[in-house]
Amino acid sequence: MRAAGETVRVRDDWPETRHPCHIRTPHYLRGRSGTVVRHLGDFPNPEDLAFARPAPKVPLYHVAFAQDAIWHEGAAGDELLVEIFDHWLEPAA
Amino acid sequence: MHDLGGVSKFMCEPVDKEPHALTAFDRDVDALRQLLSGQGLMTVDELRRGIEAIPEADYHRLSYYERWIRSMTATLLNRGVLTEVEIAAALEKL
Repeated sequence: MRAAGETVRVRDDWPETRHPCHIRTPHYLRGRSGTVVRHLGDFPNPEDLAFARPAPKVPLYHVAFAQDAIWHEGAAGDELLVEIFDHWLEPAA
Repeated sequence: MHDLGGVSKFMCEPVDKEPHALTAFDRDVDALRQLLSGQGLMTVDELRRGIEAIPEADYHRLSYYERWIRSMTATLLNRGVLTEVEIAAALEKL
């Protein structure tokens, strides 16, 4: 279980370029670092459910990202808060 | 069509925030989706994957619930719940 406050990086991976996929992780966050805010629960992996495969439960987290680095707009201190599954997160470099 | 956030070709277009009235067709499709999920015949994630698979030109031409029924049809064919022949026969009766 990841703790609130942990710095994480979203994997810079593009499986949709290799095979048919259903991915809930936004493209603009791949390779970006953020901060775990809270564990939201464990849910069946939608990447499996989308293909009617057995779907093991995966922890889902709220992760916050500084907005200006991603959108280059908004007020200072603005954040993006995004739900990201555990298998898309890795330790920040 | 999927994951459009921040894609430059879709930026700077105002978002239509007006509520949309539901048609009888819209309600039927929504009800059918709930029944199929309740029977374990499809998941909402399969619905989403099927919508993402719609070619871009068709995606923009179809209404919200027309995208749903197209995805639902593809899912049921893919799972073998329905066949093309059965669908064609049912449409003949309409």
